[in-house]
Amino acid sequence: MFLTVLNALNEGFLQTLKLFAVTLIGALPLGLVISFGSMSRFAPLRWLTRAVVWVIRGTPLMLQLIIIYYVPGQVMEGHSPWPGEFGRFLASCIAFIINYACYFSEIYRGGIQGVPVGQQEAGEVLGMTKRQIFFRVTLLQMIKRIVPPMSNEIITLVKDTSIARIISFQEVIWAGYAFMKGSHGYSGLIWPLFFTGVYYLVFNGALSMLFTWIERKMDYFR
Amino acid sequence: MAILEVKHIEKHFGETSVLKDISFSLEKGQALSIIGSSGSGKTTLLRCLNFLETPDQGTISVGGEVLFDASDPATQRESEIRKKRLHFGLVFQSFNLFPQYTALENVTLAKELLARERPDYKPNRRQIHDEIRAEGEELLRQMGLADRMGNYPHQLSGGQCQRVAIARALALRPDILCFDEPTSALDPELTGEVLRVIRELAEQKTTMVIVTHEMAFARDVANQVIFMDDGVIVEQGDPEQVINHPREERTRRFLSRFAEH
Repeated sequence: MFLTVLNALNEGFLQTLKLFAVTLIGALPLGLVISFGSMSRFAPLRWLTRAVVWVIRGTPLMLQLIIIYYVPGQVMEGHSPWPGEFGRFLASCIAFIINYACYFSEIYRGGIQGVPVGQQEAGEVLGMTKRQIFFRVTLLQMIKRIVPPMSNEIITLVKDTSIARIISFQEVIWAGYAFMKGSHGYSGLIWPLFFTGVYYLVFNGALSMLFTWIERKMDYFR
Repeated sequence: MAILEVKHIEKHFGETSVLKDISFSLEKGQALSIIGSSGSGKTTLLRCLNFLETPDQGTISVGGEVLFDASDPATQRESEIRKKRLHFGLVFQSFNLFPQYTALENVTLAKELLARERPDYKPNRRQIHDEIRAEGEELLRQMGLADRMGNYPHQLSGGQCQRVAIARALALRPDILCFDEPTSALDPELTGEVLRVIRELAEQKTTMVIVTHEMAFARDVANQVIFMDDGVIVEQGDPEQVINHPREERTRRFLSRFAEH
């Protein structure tokens, strides 16, 4: 019995990790783009991005996921663009990427604006281009500043992937819950659901260690 | 002929007029001290010279070439400004060293990036980098930092940081080196080492514009002193005369306040 449960949970956690990884790969760069938009000197673009960030951060991720998953089907009279398990995965990825990119963008903004103006000015006076200043001077200082808030957000993301269960994406909590409802010839089993916590704990523990390592790597400057 | 000529510079921040009809010139190899109370416009003037602020009126010329003309937008193009500002070097009050680079890397970084734009960069890459590195090391030795080249800014004292910043500005061989209150962020016992370095530069005939609150230093190091108050040049001339025997009432009042402290 234990092995059956373990296999099912492993399968579920693999889905969890897939959603986690794709969200991260999509949201990290998209967040940077959004943060540039929210700091743009062009006012309409700045207002637009800040409005989007306000809406996305101001409404539940679960609601956004439901809207992205169900509304296209409603509009297209039953022809959902998200068929099957892969469709649910895709819809989840899109909702998570947009949502997390908005949170990341604010962290980036804080990180960039937290680097003293004098750094930028010192670069300018030395004849560096805007690009050189960003990549050679500002970026690393920004990364150093954003690692602690980012690690918080990324650990939250690991756990938030369970929200995708609302559109029946078969991640680890879904897999655990299945043993309660009845699956693999078992029903009424509650411990597999509790046991999913171990997966989150172990994975987040590893992530925490990674972030501590990164922070220590950047300890050589202040 | 004057290497630096500033004519009729005006600068407003919103309604506030920060610089009013500022004109002065500076000969090659000479040092100019600018004194005055906080908010008198000294720092803004220096930032205008370094293209960190754009004046609303006036012209700035170096070696006879008009670098900036408020009435000619062609002189204000981003791409050209980057080249033009290399005529000037700026040492900031708060050093603004790059924290993630060592003292030596701080000195060489900009020069290495500029070297990439040279047409002969690719084939001679190694050699160019070695040259830049050697020059950087030499500059830091001159600043008395031979044993500090591999240190990061946070491992250095304020005085050492400021000397690295001076070496960094010198590395690009600017025509005119500007100092914005170079000792104001330092503990009193550390100002001496920075002032000594600037004195040596004056002896080597480095053209300099120095904004400072160190009156004795301003008088001793400079060939010319400007006293600014409320955005105008109140008095300018021989250091001995401006600081020891000011003609203007406002200069006298400012200097007497300094004597009390």
